[in-house]
Amino acid sequence: MVKRRIYGLMAEFTSPEEVLAAAHTTHDAGYRRIDAFSPIPVEGLAEAVGFDWTILPTLVFFGGLGGGLTGFGMCWYANVISFPLNIGGKPFNSWPMWIPITFELTILGAALTAVFGMLALNGLPTPYHPTFNVERFAAASTDRFFLCIKARDQKFDLAKTKAFLEGLHPNGVFEVED
Amino acid sequence: MASEDSHNTVGVADPDPIIGPGHTFETVTDKISSIVLTRPVTPGWVFGLLIAFSALMLLNLVVTLLMIKGVGIWGIRIPTAWGFAIVNFVWWIGIGHAGTLISAILLLLHQKWRTSINRFAEAMTLFAVMCAGMFPLLHMGRPWLFFYLMPYPNPMWMWPQFRSPLVWDVFAVSTYLTVSLLFWYVGLIPDLATLRDRAKPKAAKIIYGMLSMGWRGSAVHWSRYETASLLLAGLATPLVVSVHTVVSFDFTIGIIPGWHTTIFPPYFVAGAIYSGFAMVLTLAIPIRKFYHLEDLVTARHLDIMAKVMLATGLIVAYGYLLEAFLAFYSGDQYEIYMMTNRFHGPYAPLYWMLISCNIIIPQLLWSRRVRRNVGLLFVLSLVVNTGMWLERFVIVVISLSRDFIPSSWGMYYPTRWDWATYIGTFGLFFTLFFLFIRFLPMISIVEVRSLVHETNEEKGHS
Repeated sequence: MVKRRIYGLMAEFTSPEEVLAAAHTTHDAGYRRIDAFSPIPVEGLAEAVGFDWTILPTLVFFGGLGGGLTGFGMCWYANVISFPLNIGGKPFNSWPMWIPITFELTILGAALTAVFGMLALNGLPTPYHPTFNVERFAAASTDRFFLCIKARDQKFDLAKTKAFLEGLHPNGVFEVED
Repeated sequence: MASEDSHNTVGVADPDPIIGPGHTFETVTDKISSIVLTRPVTPGWVFGLLIAFSALMLLNLVVTLLMIKGVGIWGIRIPTAWGFAIVNFVWWIGIGHAGTLISAILLLLHQKWRTSINRFAEAMTLFAVMCAGMFPLLHMGRPWLFFYLMPYPNPMWMWPQFRSPLVWDVFAVSTYLTVSLLFWYVGLIPDLATLRDRAKPKAAKIIYGMLSMGWRGSAVHWSRYETASLLLAGLATPLVVSVHTVVSFDFTIGIIPGWHTTIFPPYFVAGAIYSGFAMVLTLAIPIRKFYHLEDLVTARHLDIMAKVMLATGLIVAYGYLLEAFLAFYSGDQYEIYMMTNRFHGPYAPLYWMLISCNIIIPQLLWSRRVRRNVGLLFVLSLVVNTGMWLERFVIVVISLSRDFIPSSWGMYYPTRWDWATYIGTFGLFFTLFFLFIRFLPMISIVEVRSLVHETNEEKGHS
C-alpha cells in the first residue's frame, strides 16, 4: 500500500460553541494554519482561526464606482460626443436624465463584484479538496463542526498534534489525506 | 452550555413560534432536503406540472403567431397602444418585488421570520421578472430586433435614447433580474453542498456538487460569504425601490391625464409589495399544505405576511385617494375628466372592482381570526392579486382610451390572444416553479438551521 501524504488533522465537534472554544485554544497554542468548518455561519469562528480582514467591501465599492462611471460616461458620450442632437436648444449634457442608468449600473457593478469577488477570494469553484477525503466530513453540511490543523503548519507534528486535538474532547480525530 | 440532548433543539415554550417545536439541525436538514432527494414523484405534482406546461405551450403558440402576424393579433389599437402587454408587465414585475423585500430588506432589519419563506419568495421574484420581461419584448412588434435596446457598436452609428424611461426600464429590469439571480444563487450554494453530501445517486451527487462549487463550509469562506450577502442585501434594497420607480416613470414622463403625477413612484412601489405579498401567500399556502411544512412556514408567518399586506394596502389606498384629490384640486379639465371617467365611464365597473378588491375587502385582515384562517387568507390573496391587476388596467387603458380630444378617443377590448398570452406567462411561471420545488431546496436549510440555533440560545439565556 502506498503511503499517502497528509493534508492535516481534523477534529469533529457537536456544537458551534465547542468548535469555537477549540479554535481559540488551538490558535492560542501557536497553530496558525488552521481552518474550521461548520453547517451554519458561526459568529467569531473566522476570527478565531486567524482571519481578520477581507478586501471584499473595498472591491465592491470600486465595482460600484466603476459601474456608475460607465453608466454616466456612456450617456454623456452618446449625447455629447458621439451623436449630439440639438433639440430646441436644450443642453446636450442633460445630466439628470442620466441618473437612472447611472444608478442601475452602479448597483449592477457592485453586485457582480460582491458575488464574483466572494467566489474568487474563497477560491471557488473548488471541485476537489482534501477535506472531502474524510468520510465523516459529509456531516459538516448537516450538523457537525470540524477543526482542521494543516500539515503545512510549522508546529505540525502528526503524533503531537493528534494528541493535542484529542485533548480538546472532540467526537473523533481524523487524518486528512492529500 | 446545554447538554448534548437539548442542544440545537427548539423547545415548546413560545406559544406562537416561527418554527415548530422539537427541531434540530438534523431534522430541519432532513425535512427540507428529503423533498428534493427522497420524496417520490407524486401524481399531484405531475398533474400540476402538466397543466402549467400546457399553458406554457399555449405561450409558445401565441408567440409564434405573434411573430408571423404581428401585434395586431392583440386588441391594441390607436389610441390604446398599451394594452394587456403593459398591464401584465407591470403586474408581473410588481409581484417580484415581495421576494426582494423579504430577502434583502428584512435581512437588514433582522426579521427572523423571513428565513423560511425567503427562498421560494426569491424564486418567485426571478420567475415573475422573467414573465414580466417577455411583454415589452413581444410588444415591440419585431422582438427579434430587441438588441436595438442595448448600447452596442453598430454600423448605423445609433445609440438608444438614454433620455427615455423605456430605455431606463431596460437597464432597471435587466439589472434587477441579474441581481435577483445572483442573490438567489449565492443563498443556494451552502444548501446545494448539503444536497451534494446527502444525495445517494451518483448523477445527483455530481450535479449538486458542480452547482455548489465545492463549498465546504470553511469559517473563512463563511465570513466572506456573510459579508457578500449583507452587501448584496444593501444593494438590492435601493434597487427594488428604483425598479418600480423607473416602471412608474414610463407613465409619469408622459403627459397623458392620470399619468403625469408625482404620486406614482411611491404608490407603485407600495402596490408592488402589496401584490407581491399576495402572491407569496398564494404560493405558500398550498405548498406548506402539500409538502407538510406547517412547522416551518407557520401560522405566525401567514399572520405577519397578512399584516404586511394590510399595511401596504393602506398605502395604496392613500395613493388612490390622493390621485382622485389631486385630479380635482389641479383644476385641469382633462385631469378632472379622467377621474370622472374612471368613476362612471365605460370602464367604471373595473374601477369599482379595483376599489373593492384592493381597499374594501382586504380590510377583513384587521381581524386576527381572518389572518389565522388559512382558507380565507388564500382567497384574500387571490382577491388582492386580481385587484392589483385591475389597477394597472385602469391606469393604462382608461387614460389612453380617452385623452384630450374626443375625436381621438377609442375603446380597447382584449382579444383571445391577449388572454392567451397572459395565461401563457402563468404557464411559464408555474412550470418553473414546479421544477424548482422538486429540484432545489425551497426553504433555506442553512438559515433555518441558524434559526434553530438562535432560538435555542435565547432559551438558554432566558
